[in-house]
Amino acid sequence: MSGFTISRRKMLAGSAMLLASTAMPTLGRAQTPKKGGRLVLAADSEPRNLNPAIVASNGVFFISSKIVETLAEASFDGKDGLAPRLALGWEGAADGLSVTFKLRDGVKWHDGKPFTSADVAFSALQIWKPLQNLGRTVFKDLAAVDTPDDLTAVFKFAKPTPFQLIRNALPALSSVVPKHIYEVGKIEDNPANNAPIGTGPFKFGEYKAGQYYRLTKNTDYWGKDEPWLDEIIYQVLPDRTSAANALEAGEIQLAAFSAVPLADLGRISKVPGLRVISKGYEGLTYQLVVEINHRRKELADVKVRQAIAHAIDKDFVVKTVFLGYAATATGPVPKNDPQFYTADVPTYPFDVAKANALLDEAGYKKGPDGKRFTLKLLPAPYFNETKQFGDYLRQALAAIGIDAELVNNDSAAHIKAVYTDHAFDLAVGPPVFRGDPAISTTILVQSGIADGVPFSNQGGYKNDALDALIAKASETLDTTARTDLYKEFQKEVAADLPLINVAEWSFISVASDKLGNIANNPRWAVSNWADTYLAG
Amino acid sequence: MAWPQPGFVMTRALTLIRRRLVGSIFVLLIVVIGTFLLLEAAPGDAVDAYIVSTGGDAGMIELLRHRWGLDQSELTRLANYLWALLHLDLGQSVTFSRPIRDVILERLPNTLLLMVSATALSFGLGSALGIYAGARPGSFRDRFLSIGSLALYAVPGFWLGLVLIVIFAVDLRWLPIGGIETLASDKTGRDRAVDIAVHLVLPVSALGFIYLALYLRMMRAGMAEAWRQDFVLAARARGLSRRRIVLSHIARNALLPLVTMLGLQSAQMLGGSVVIESVFSVPGLGRLAQEAVSARDTPLLLGIILTSAVLVILINLLVDIAYAFLDPRVGAGEAGA
Repeated sequence: MSGFTISRRKMLAGSAMLLASTAMPTLGRAQTPKKGGRLVLAADSEPRNLNPAIVASNGVFFISSKIVETLAEASFDGKDGLAPRLALGWEGAADGLSVTFKLRDGVKWHDGKPFTSADVAFSALQIWKPLQNLGRTVFKDLAAVDTPDDLTAVFKFAKPTPFQLIRNALPALSSVVPKHIYEVGKIEDNPANNAPIGTGPFKFGEYKAGQYYRLTKNTDYWGKDEPWLDEIIYQVLPDRTSAANALEAGEIQLAAFSAVPLADLGRISKVPGLRVISKGYEGLTYQLVVEINHRRKELADVKVRQAIAHAIDKDFVVKTVFLGYAATATGPVPKNDPQFYTADVPTYPFDVAKANALLDEAGYKKGPDGKRFTLKLLPAPYFNETKQFGDYLRQALAAIGIDAELVNNDSAAHIKAVYTDHAFDLAVGPPVFRGDPAISTTILVQSGIADGVPFSNQGGYKNDALDALIAKASETLDTTARTDLYKEFQKEVAADLPLINVAEWSFISVASDKLGNIANNPRWAVSNWADTYLAG
Repeated sequence: MAWPQPGFVMTRALTLIRRRLVGSIFVLLIVVIGTFLLLEAAPGDAVDAYIVSTGGDAGMIELLRHRWGLDQSELTRLANYLWALLHLDLGQSVTFSRPIRDVILERLPNTLLLMVSATALSFGLGSALGIYAGARPGSFRDRFLSIGSLALYAVPGFWLGLVLIVIFAVDLRWLPIGGIETLASDKTGRDRAVDIAVHLVLPVSALGFIYLALYLRMMRAGMAEAWRQDFVLAARARGLSRRRIVLSHIARNALLPLVTMLGLQSAQMLGGSVVIESVFSVPGLGRLAQEAVSARDTPLLLGIILTSAVLVILINLLVDIAYAFLDPRVGAGEAGA
């Protein structure tokens, strides 16, 4: 098979990209940089609420991050992996009770009013803490924000809060919106949620439902000579094949977030004038995880869980499901995380004989039909890859005598079945690692979470040692000690397997050769694109 | 056969309209309640669909359910909806946070344009080719057209659409790959009309060609039957030309069932437009309905279904009126049955 060598090469390239999250030369070396021009790109969904301070999700950031800016952005080479945006500096007090932000001078809102510390205080206290999907957790102990002057904001916490967590949360959780726009009326009903006003390099132009979003250049932007582009148009292309066709026809110049399906990449990479880029998503790592319902007595036995882990050929999954654009996982923190990852955890190499032995040992002998027991398997429908892995897992389980019945639902039904009704035995989920285990990772295994909370431990798993570890890490202020606790956490999760981490993947962009300065930070697709240009 | 008197047709049309309106109200009520119950039976609600992309803790989820009125019982919500509907209020879309009437009115013209053009294409070309084929039953052209159109009918709509895109938009670059008009082009007046027409060529072809076979084969079959009728023999005996017999005697008689089909077909066209609108990124009602289902936006879906139902009822009413006009034997009583 000639196709195999290609996908193998791509696999190696893809894994290398995922692993190498530190400084690399900028990919965007298109001909000559030029001012102006209209960038048209594919959008596959239409977020209704475009306020990133309320909805911190990649779908919203994809559009809004060009309009509304955060205090800091992720960076390949900046200190602590950060680059300044609206804040120029940040410092945490030793007691963990305050963080001081020095803000950028001379920044104006799109309506001409000056940006000040009052806006930061308002956004943090009135929006991030009470309303934001992620901020409600990270900023739960935020008690006040002092504003001694227009360019200083001091966050005061009621309980010691690790500065490392706040720092890691900045790129995704700290979108600042204008106080003067939001202080009137109910924040959730503010018209600016659908037509955001920010400080970013682009202003919100118009939205035609089902057709496009139009962003226009902010001529008053604080960045010198930025932005380069005059306009950004997000063309809504709901069909899976549309983006690839539109790129080939030259109607769009960029398809980010894997809008071109992996299977089409081989073909599209041969089209002159287009290139396939797997860089620029290092800060947006998705994890392929087998969620386990520990209420099932078979699955409550760690031997059975270990057997399932041994039955999964992770390399095969990376090669066939992700066509190489992924890396195998060892535990709950992805390999490409520069701060927390440790490889020093128990691993489960692919070994069907061992898996069978473990199941025998656990007392689940094969019946006369070769089956040990039957399980209900629910793959999440959000990604092609989660569905395909569901098909693979079914076969892998069959090889060790576990008969898995596949149940396919649409998104809403899947969320309800797994996280509210717990009507599953195994589920395939794609949780996101957001730069710090405390943001959205520990919740996957921690006990005591209310029913109905998505992307959390709804499998009835309870491990007191692990809970204690998570609680301790959440109040440990020293960065090194905190990091060590999360390494301990990874070991414990990999040993007891409350869930099974199979692979880690990011997205792929397909871009025109004319597009320059792309993929130059770990969250590029959801960053502000002030320096992105279209060559002449 | 003589054309009926205009006054006579008008009276019958009015009777028809009155009867239809009364019946329609019950049909619409059943449609609304049925759709509501069906969507309620689907697992997961609008909040479940929403948190797929955001996540969120228990407090946030409770807050959302309350804000979107999903903490009320099904019966209360249905009653509230029907009460608002009585006041011609379609309600607020939970996903768009806008009045549903506005959301639908924005999309309706696109779907109508697509439907009417595609129907005109399949009906016009289908019946013309049907006459051409049926004029000489059993001839080579008859067989060729019958088989060719059947092949088109057997092709799935999305596939035909994709093939057309690959050939005419990607390879030849003659036509745009999708959308209803050039994005953010600021075109107005005639330029905009031309722009929209160019964008419609591919989706209308994809949708229209599929149903072409239906009209072609019906026309052909009707003609084949008409050939054996006495009035054809009489017309021949009178020495009329073959052309005249085919066009004004045989074809006209064979046209009647096609008009009935036109009404029935309108509902199918609406269904087919879901797929075509997605493939060609046309912002229409079909795609909106699909989005409403996956977002579990019950009031929005109800609004769309209601609009579609009214549309289908209106089209069938028009068809019946046309029928009464085409065939004087059809009285208002029979047509209204």
